[in-house]
Amino acid sequence: MTVASTVVDLARAQFATTSIYHFLFVPLTLGLGPITAVFQTLWYRTKDEKWLRLTRFFGTLFLINFAIGVATGLVQEFEFGMNWSVYARFVGDVFGAPLAVEGLAAFALEATFLGLWIFGWDRLSPRLHLATLWIAVAGTWLSAYFILVANSWMQHPVGYKIVDGEAQLTSVWALLSNNFALRAYLHTILAGLIFGSIIVLGVACWHFLRGHDVDLFRNAAKVALIFAVPATFLQLIVGNRFGEAVTSQQSMKIAASEAQWTTCQPCSFSLFQIGGFSEDDETPGFSITVPRLLSYMATGSFDGQVQGLTELQRQEELKYGPGNYMPNIRVIYWSMRVMAFAGVLMFLVAALGAWLYWKKKLERARWFHRTALVAIALPYIAATAGWILTEMGRQPWIVQGLLKTSEANSPSVSTTWLGISLGVFITLYVVLLVVDFVLMRRYARPDLPAQEEMPAPAVSY
Amino acid sequence: MDLPIFWFCLLAGLWSAYFLLEGFDFGVGMLLPFLPRNERERGAMFQTIGPVWDGNEVWLVIAGAGTFAAFPAWYGAMFSGFYLALLLLLFFLIIRVVSFEWREKSESAGWRAVWLWANAVGSFGASLIWGVGLSNLLYGLPLDSNGDFSGTFWDLFSGYTVLGGVTVVLLFAFHGSTYLTLRTTGDLCERAAAAARRLSVIAALAVAGFFSWTVAVAVDRNDKDVFPPILPAALGIAAVALAVLLVFARRSGWAFVMTAFAACLWVATVFTSLYPRVMVSSPDFGNSLTVDGASSAHYTLVLMTVVAAFFVPLVLLYQGWTYHVFRARVGGDEVETPPPAPASGGS
Repeated sequence: MTVASTVVDLARAQFATTSIYHFLFVPLTLGLGPITAVFQTLWYRTKDEKWLRLTRFFGTLFLINFAIGVATGLVQEFEFGMNWSVYARFVGDVFGAPLAVEGLAAFALEATFLGLWIFGWDRLSPRLHLATLWIAVAGTWLSAYFILVANSWMQHPVGYKIVDGEAQLTSVWALLSNNFALRAYLHTILAGLIFGSIIVLGVACWHFLRGHDVDLFRNAAKVALIFAVPATFLQLIVGNRFGEAVTSQQSMKIAASEAQWTTCQPCSFSLFQIGGFSEDDETPGFSITVPRLLSYMATGSFDGQVQGLTELQRQEELKYGPGNYMPNIRVIYWSMRVMAFAGVLMFLVAALGAWLYWKKKLERARWFHRTALVAIALPYIAATAGWILTEMGRQPWIVQGLLKTSEANSPSVSTTWLGISLGVFITLYVVLLVVDFVLMRRYARPDLPAQEEMPAPAVSY
Repeated sequence: MDLPIFWFCLLAGLWSAYFLLEGFDFGVGMLLPFLPRNERERGAMFQTIGPVWDGNEVWLVIAGAGTFAAFPAWYGAMFSGFYLALLLLLFFLIIRVVSFEWREKSESAGWRAVWLWANAVGSFGASLIWGVGLSNLLYGLPLDSNGDFSGTFWDLFSGYTVLGGVTVVLLFAFHGSTYLTLRTTGDLCERAAAAARRLSVIAALAVAGFFSWTVAVAVDRNDKDVFPPILPAALGIAAVALAVLLVFARRSGWAFVMTAFAACLWVATVFTSLYPRVMVSSPDFGNSLTVDGASSAHYTLVLMTVVAAFFVPLVLLYQGWTYHVFRARVGGDEVETPPPAPASGGS
């Protein structure tokens, strides 16, 4: 392995580690924020104390989680310049703008108004105090939009021209209305709501399991299910539509996610396969397939054509010159399946929960409580697999069709520097994760002793 | 004024806002191990910045992303060239960010001490690195013809840049202490005022030395005349000198205004000394990055100008309102009246 490729690999490893980590916290913020705000709104409307208790309870979890999201978000902003200076110069004119707008229009809102919410309990009128939380939530949702506009430009560049080897923005409207960005946004917001609702449901079931505060947490479970059932169901549809956008704009990614070597029409969807992941071994030794399903998922028609890897590789070589234009097929195939299977499982959990609730059996179905508790892991698994699919599926490009990852790193950053930074980030992030997990568990657990009750946020510092 | 120059000035403004605001957060953080005498006072100190620190840090995100959007080449060269320094900075900022939320999550004295020190060390380290970093933009780093850094980590340290780091630490500690005199009551407030008096003279001397040296560096290494860099430098020195007089005269409000000015005038001095360059290259002066050479194209700058014209005043407005909401001093002596707090969900 050459020194140059080692540097790029390390930089990629670092960016992957820090972004996946960052995205463990972001979607929970996106989903737990509005759910907490709904609890507080119900309290404001009904003056029923149970809603205030739920606001406080889940608000605390929301804030523990939010702190790491903020801390690790800064790393993301710095890393584009630290590790990818050639990329930064190439795309800055286009890509920097949505990041700057995110800071000014969205992050400023969430950071400022969350401070007001945490400390404003006794200083603002109940109405205004409630508004600060909703504004902060709006900030987090706006923030996600601008970040995804930036990311989607890497997947599907629009509204630009190349001048002197650098991209220049020509249409901000094209950038903001990139169909890839709009679908990615919907997909991400639903993911956030699934995170929030599945975790609230899991925590509520933990309390049922221990017979702790069952009446209170039945209300939490109800609100969680009202979010979870439509969100998990819609996500199956939206994820599918998102796949169509990928098909038309990143054909290689779709072909790789199906390990589809030959062009097919109609195409069957592979649920599981052993082998079939390399050019020497294109036919899997064992597979379970559903006829015509891939055609439908990729094109919206049961007769649609999906181009195969071999043909796409030939087309790309004609277009961009010799080279390997295929991502890591095995990783892409499995990340797609892990994401999709986890998505289906979450829908089943939500649907079962709703059915039990409707039958008034939810508090007694202990097997379901355990299931829901384990299901807390599912959104994390799905989101991580989803980003691996999105980002590794784009390789070898850092900006689809315009700039290769192997040519985009910072020339001044050596393997030694990268080794140090990767070591520091991993160590720090592991420590933070452990502390976060311990704190979340402690503040979510059913046997919270009285003296450890959460202080009112206003006097908690 | 053409747009790249406008954005150069606007970035100076954004960095000034960041250092003015987070400067006192860092100052309060650095004083955490020294001022409070008991847990209640420690809590009070955290509470003076608790509601606002995240809003203050927003200006760093805006200034950083603004540099990315308006001067991509500057952003790329600066962030990759300062790689290890920025890694350290991120480390300090992260341990500080989580300390705010996590410290109060356990009653254990050891746990609280860990996060208090995390905040203090994070504040100190971040201030030091900002001081060293911004000084290096002017003092010059080895850049190649593409504008990429070609030196080593140790190139970041020289007498001048280290003095820059120390000066910024002292200035922020002083700024934090004047902020505390406005935001606390009783004994804690007295001790903050005493700390301000003790810090004032040494901070003023450091600022005087460093700002003067900055003008000399601008002349020697960046081909500048003494004027205009001398103007913000002199104003900055005057501001800290006045701040010294004011803390001894116990006019804490005005003293805070002066330390705030000094933080902004530090940025103004650096930027005035830099122009028309954004990053000086040394020894190959010809490889320096310039405002025009590093900027984005016209369309993006127009777009960003429209966005900034709308949002910067808006953010200032609602952040100003936040300070108004939390204007009440916090005391070490009395317990805050808790809100009508029913039992939490975990009872």
